[in-house]
Amino acid sequence: MQQLKTELTPEEIREQKPYEAWGLSEREYDYICSKLIGRLPNYTETGLFAVMWSEHCSYKNSKPILRKFWNDGSRVIQGPGEGAGVLDIGDDQAVVFKAESHNHPSFVEPFEGAATGVGGIIRDIFSMGAKPIASLDSLRFGELSNPKNRYLLGEIVAGIAAYGNCIGIPTVGGEIGFDAVYDGNPLVNVMCVGLMNQADLKMGRAKGTGNSIIYVGAKTGRDGIHGATFASNEFSDDKEADRSAVQVGDPFMEKLLTDACLEIIHDHSDILMGIQDMGAAGLVSSSAEMAAKAKSGVTMDLDLVPQREPGMSAYEIMLSESQERMLLCVKKGEEQTVLDIFKRYDLDAVVVGHVTEDRQYRLYQQGKLVTDIPVTSLVDDVVEHEQPKRKPARLENVQPVKTPTVKDPAETLAKLLAQPTIASKRSVFRQYDSQVQANTAVTPGSDAAVVRVRHTRKALAMTTDCNARYIYLDPYVGGQIAVSEAARNIVASGGVPIGITDCLNFGSPDDPESYWELDQSVQGIAKACQRLDTPVISGNVSMYNETDGRAIYPTPMIGMVGLIKDLDHITTQDFKQAGDVVYLIGETGNDFAGSELQKLGGELPTGQLHFDLDSETAHQRLVLDAIQSGMLQSAHDLSEGGLGVALAESIFGGQFGFNGQTTLTNAQLFSETQSRFLVSVKPADQARFEALAADQAVFLGRVTDEDAVHLTTADGRLEAVSSALKETFGGALECLMK
Amino acid sequence: MMKFAVVSFPGSNCDEDLYYAITDDLKADAEIVPHTSDNLEGFDAVLIPGGFSYGDYLRSGAIAKFAPVMAAVKEFAKAGKPILGICNGFQILTEAGLLPGTLQHNREMQFICEPEPLMVNNNQTLFTSAFKAGETITLPIAHGEGNYYCDDDTLAQLKANHQIIFSYQDNPNGSLSDIAGITNQAGNVLGMMPHPERAVESIQGGTDGLKVFQSILQTYLRTV
Repeated sequence: MQQLKTELTPEEIREQKPYEAWGLSEREYDYICSKLIGRLPNYTETGLFAVMWSEHCSYKNSKPILRKFWNDGSRVIQGPGEGAGVLDIGDDQAVVFKAESHNHPSFVEPFEGAATGVGGIIRDIFSMGAKPIASLDSLRFGELSNPKNRYLLGEIVAGIAAYGNCIGIPTVGGEIGFDAVYDGNPLVNVMCVGLMNQADLKMGRAKGTGNSIIYVGAKTGRDGIHGATFASNEFSDDKEADRSAVQVGDPFMEKLLTDACLEIIHDHSDILMGIQDMGAAGLVSSSAEMAAKAKSGVTMDLDLVPQREPGMSAYEIMLSESQERMLLCVKKGEEQTVLDIFKRYDLDAVVVGHVTEDRQYRLYQQGKLVTDIPVTSLVDDVVEHEQPKRKPARLENVQPVKTPTVKDPAETLAKLLAQPTIASKRSVFRQYDSQVQANTAVTPGSDAAVVRVRHTRKALAMTTDCNARYIYLDPYVGGQIAVSEAARNIVASGGVPIGITDCLNFGSPDDPESYWELDQSVQGIAKACQRLDTPVISGNVSMYNETDGRAIYPTPMIGMVGLIKDLDHITTQDFKQAGDVVYLIGETGNDFAGSELQKLGGELPTGQLHFDLDSETAHQRLVLDAIQSGMLQSAHDLSEGGLGVALAESIFGGQFGFNGQTTLTNAQLFSETQSRFLVSVKPADQARFEALAADQAVFLGRVTDEDAVHLTTADGRLEAVSSALKETFGGALECLMK
Repeated sequence: MMKFAVVSFPGSNCDEDLYYAITDDLKADAEIVPHTSDNLEGFDAVLIPGGFSYGDYLRSGAIAKFAPVMAAVKEFAKAGKPILGICNGFQILTEAGLLPGTLQHNREMQFICEPEPLMVNNNQTLFTSAFKAGETITLPIAHGEGNYYCDDDTLAQLKANHQIIFSYQDNPNGSLSDIAGITNQAGNVLGMMPHPERAVESIQGGTDGLKVFQSILQTYLRTV
């Protein structure tokens, strides 16, 4: 086999162990040599192993835990393991979605890191045969008092906007949270949702001996080499020079690629055997995975791969993470049909190889065989590591939280509304084109975004959610809450929750406490998913979210999609009319553990969470029944900042006020007891609603057209000016960015 | 039936939205015409959609003006037939010299997507006859380069000829004279930054945009 002069020989590799810097352990290397290939791998092969055996590509550390997820359910057409998961939404249509993290690149190069995060997830969606119809972003930053975080927020949002707006997929929502634990490790999780006819479903398969492997899209450059390995490492401040591991995106190219691939999938399904995005670990992962899933082999000639610069080694070509590239498997003899379509879109497309029967992975360069290893050794044979787990000390002997004293609830409310996590994100969302495709029925800012399915009465509700402060306190219960809150967002919008995707953002799996948190969260998520009938159909794991040895809060972001059966069910959080009657659904306790009120007091999350899946499902059922029978004018899920914040947010949509009374205390206005909703009902529907709700809802007051909020509590009064609250809420984020 | 051409360039992303606005909501005929076409025969109106033609690389609309279809678009304009350019379509029309002035980066250098109140300054055009004189309407905007600029003489001409058809009530992007949409001197070419095709059904948040298309249709029906 050929070795370039600059490359180490197999023996030198064995001696000098360069693979360790690429993330492969000596034990893994030895195992590969002795058990999988029976010889020493050359330089290229070692690189392929390092990247394919990284956590990012192989999930070797997380797989034993991810198996605990629940992936069943009557709607599931495709669960985890493909580009994205697929759910049946009736009428022979399906919804396709997945979320992915781009945390590490977005810290190093925020604009391009975020932009290429958007691009990557879009390719996962259309590779299944679906038209991308919406994307959402879940972002976490350190506090904005740190100028670095203001810079990161500005650039990451600009990157998302630049890519998403250009490609013509509406960015309809998401959420943004702030906490000092994300200093130096922001989270950028992007979710994309697609819509398809079930007949168009495609998989990443290289099947049928002799069929051609076609490469299409951007040329391969030296960017992003070892991006997957980079994502599987912790950060340290001196690594900011890791920029070469971040790619640069071209949304215009992606738009052409999307349209061309969808045309081929739609019109030439019979000759397209498989299609997959070249994502993390680029050409090697896409081709090896496509062959592994089809139980075939693949042979490629690297001289045929379109290259941006001369003199690239096999190692570089295979590991490049240049963006906007796809790999297709096309029936032998039919290649020209596909190549002609790509040509019409001005895209570079070439046959680079073919499918073989013998399950070997072979690469040629300049006529020489530079790689010859079993496909399975790159994909299926990766050795899983179930890591040791240990419950963190902070979770032993948890003390109950003292109920805080709130003297002036109006002042507390104003302070909470100015917290960046709670404050209006309009200054961010307005930078996203949320309406292109002309199907957006509910734009960013309500509980969930809603996109109608054109030419039907259906719509899809979608949301992302995770309160990491709860996960930090109790990953098992916090995991259940994350799913349930996402479901509450969907239900409040009039949808039936049908499934989730997730981005599991955690610390290093080598840390037994982080690994325990991951395991507990996954079990909590699985439990709630099964109960709420929302299978996990796709997802992504981002570990090593640590900077200089300090981990973020465990943050398993949940992306959920709901089906709205009729456009008439679409509901928003905004009060609609003065005189409407307002009810609080669900009981309120002293739940201040992990709350924004606790954070306002400058405390780390402490205390115990309370959560009951029975009341959760009962209250969701009630809200959905009430919406579907046309009783609700508005519905809002109670989350950060509790009833006080939810009430204020309900007022802000119009020019309303509120007048009412409650048996709750001042402090309880900001308690974050789970499983609650705030709803408004027309006076004419009052009796009907009360009969349906029975003791699950309590009368709270009425919407007024006064510019004031009056709420009498058990130990005081909340008196505030609606417009002043709205101004505080509306201006806080922009003010903090200055 | 009146037939609209929706001209699609590589990177256009509102072409389908326009197509559906015409076929689903206006109930007229429409066809998406590729940038490579050199013939607009058989069409009664031309729509140039929003998006990022050619990635908006170099400058918005600057590359699209060289597309083969633009010669036919210019012929169409010369023949006095209606042409409506929306957002990137407006940018293309200014680059192609079919409308005066230019669209610069928004004042705050940020993309803005929001519903925007507009004044209909002139309802005596083929694009606005369905509106009341001086009516205030709301249409969504979604652009990063919508800040209209022209020289003083051009502005004076635009005003004198009542070519400023739509103006912003609360100028979001720094446009000269609050300009949101202008016609050419003959009145058959309209460029506007707001998106009427995103406001044709109540589920989209409003239906004011439909009247733009209804005006074109009504004018057509009066003249055939």
